[in-house]
Amino acid sequence: MKETSERIDQQRRAFIATAAGGAAATVVPGVLLYTVAGAEPRSEPVTSAVRWGMLIDTAKCADGCSACVTACDEENGLNLQQKPEGESEEKWERQKSVWIRKVRVRDNLSGHISNLPLMCQHCEHPPCVDVCPTGASFKRADGIVLVDRHTCIGCRYCMLACPYKARSFIHERVESKLSRVPRGKGCVESCTLCVQRRDDGEASTACADACAREGHKAIVFGDIKDSESPLSRRLASMATRQIREDLALNTGVRYSNV
Amino acid sequence: MKRIVYREWSVAPHRYWALLGILAAVAGVGGLAALYMEHEGHWVTGMTNQVMWGVPHVFAVFLIVAASGALNVASIGSVFGKIIYKPLGRLSGLVAAALLVGGLLVLVLDLGRPERLIVAMTTYNFRSIFAWNIFLYTGFLAVVLAYLWTMMEHKGNPYTKHAGFFAMVWRLTLTTGTGSIFGFLVARQAYDTAVLAPMFIAMSFSYGLAIFMLVLMFTFDQDGRPIGQAVLYRLKNLLAIFIGGVLFFVLVYFITKLYMAKNTGLALFYLLDGGIYTAVFWVGWILAGSLVPLGIIFHPVRGKDPRWIAAACGLVILGGLASMYVIIIGGEAFPMQLFPDQTILASGFFDGVGGAPAHYAPSLWEVLLGLGGVAVAMLITAVGLRVLQFLPESLDDQTVDPDALAKA
Repeated sequence: MKETSERIDQQRRAFIATAAGGAAATVVPGVLLYTVAGAEPRSEPVTSAVRWGMLIDTAKCADGCSACVTACDEENGLNLQQKPEGESEEKWERQKSVWIRKVRVRDNLSGHISNLPLMCQHCEHPPCVDVCPTGASFKRADGIVLVDRHTCIGCRYCMLACPYKARSFIHERVESKLSRVPRGKGCVESCTLCVQRRDDGEASTACADACAREGHKAIVFGDIKDSESPLSRRLASMATRQIREDLALNTGVRYSNV
Repeated sequence: MKRIVYREWSVAPHRYWALLGILAAVAGVGGLAALYMEHEGHWVTGMTNQVMWGVPHVFAVFLIVAASGALNVASIGSVFGKIIYKPLGRLSGLVAAALLVGGLLVLVLDLGRPERLIVAMTTYNFRSIFAWNIFLYTGFLAVVLAYLWTMMEHKGNPYTKHAGFFAMVWRLTLTTGTGSIFGFLVARQAYDTAVLAPMFIAMSFSYGLAIFMLVLMFTFDQDGRPIGQAVLYRLKNLLAIFIGGVLFFVLVYFITKLYMAKNTGLALFYLLDGGIYTAVFWVGWILAGSLVPLGIIFHPVRGKDPRWIAAACGLVILGGLASMYVIIIGGEAFPMQLFPDQTILASGFFDGVGGAPAHYAPSLWEVLLGLGGVAVAMLITAVGLRVLQFLPESLDDQTVDPDALAKA
């Protein structure tokens, strides 16, 4: 009897030791990661001391150039989207996610032609945020309008409400994506002003960088609240307008020469 | 008025089970279509980033709006005290609840992430009219069930008038909310108008009554219960008034749109050069869905024939679906006015180049899901009628309105 109980005790000890070791092995990396993450600037809450925005000088936006669109596609993994098997090219063009597009317009009276990139305008009063039933569509303190993909139910009401048609729905199964830009079937997404770059403290957006690389410099990105920022100085020195300014949404993206 | 006796629907078992079988099959196919769309993603539908609400929304909004209107008959009886409508109150409540469930199912199953319904039920943004509607819809079911209890349970009878009044206010709010889902959208010219809210109320009266009348006539016909002229003529005349009400709001809508220079293009799109949307508007909604039923109802001979009256109801329902197609999908297809007085020459995102409307071709899956919702509504009605006493034994003239008969 005694022998048996000792044997059981030993087994129990071995089990507890293994379990404790296993638990430690599971928890420690998480704790370490948490500590590391805590040391990063990303853990600082976003504040309203800044408001990110853009100026688009359409006089400098070149006809036929789509460097901003290509750069956005690469930065945000939009080029990884794959047409579902059996779908026509034409329909896929209408269904794939697009964050920034080039538009060419002609004034009916004067005939003046403008080229411009169009994307989420990061409104101060975004209609997409107002209409979202779950609050998945939200505006950060720094003015960036985003979609929380954990609470987006895919109702697409924000797409209906956006005056700029800036949002896209993920119609297909997502096979590959970038870890910095989550994407999932059945959710809505749009331009984030390269929010991953903001959180890493980088200076600009992929589209603005690409436009500068091409030598056009039609897109200026920056902090509207910082009166010394290049963006604010440009905004102060030239006449700009908001697209659909009759809606009084106070957009973060401004245009000149439209 | 004689004492009204209610009895379960006593249609022959083989006919009843056949009906249930057909409805369950249609509902099942709709469920499978939803499962397929959910599994594959919305790329298998005709919906795009330009037209993001398709045929499922046409059915869902139609059913939800009709649900509110189907309860109208009960309101007229218990709130406004019209005795002739009182025997119809129970059926009115049942049809209303059933239509709402059918519509909500379609709406939910068309979500990009239907499995996140729990998020929609637990996380709210109260600035969203959509979030209000979640409460209005679920609350409607609770209110109608309570109202039905006061009508069907002797102990509840004293509260019928109060419950009926509350249900009436609730459903008017619900339809206002549904109309406002579109009315509150400043982005799109077809929406962005307060007139959509009362227009949806008028639509709810018309579509809900048409469905109610068809259910009433079918169920009574199947187990040989009589419907007298007093009830039938009164209902069809009421339907005519509601059809007229919808037409009035359509007229107001277009007059205001035409009057404003910036919206003239939109009005002309619907009325003249919108292709499929113009055709569906004039042929489906105005002609077949409104003017022809009015012609039937007021025809000296056909207007007295139950079969023709049923045909008029069917046409109103088809016209209702047409109206939703025109409002919802036409409103999305019409290009957004991003640059007033400028023409879009090229766009990387289908922004209405040269004023072209967005392309949309509904897929079979969407239609099946929509029909599945209709089948679920009818299934609930059929089961309810069989197990509980919703239907009065007779609606002949002596039973419902002996005074009217004496006058005639």
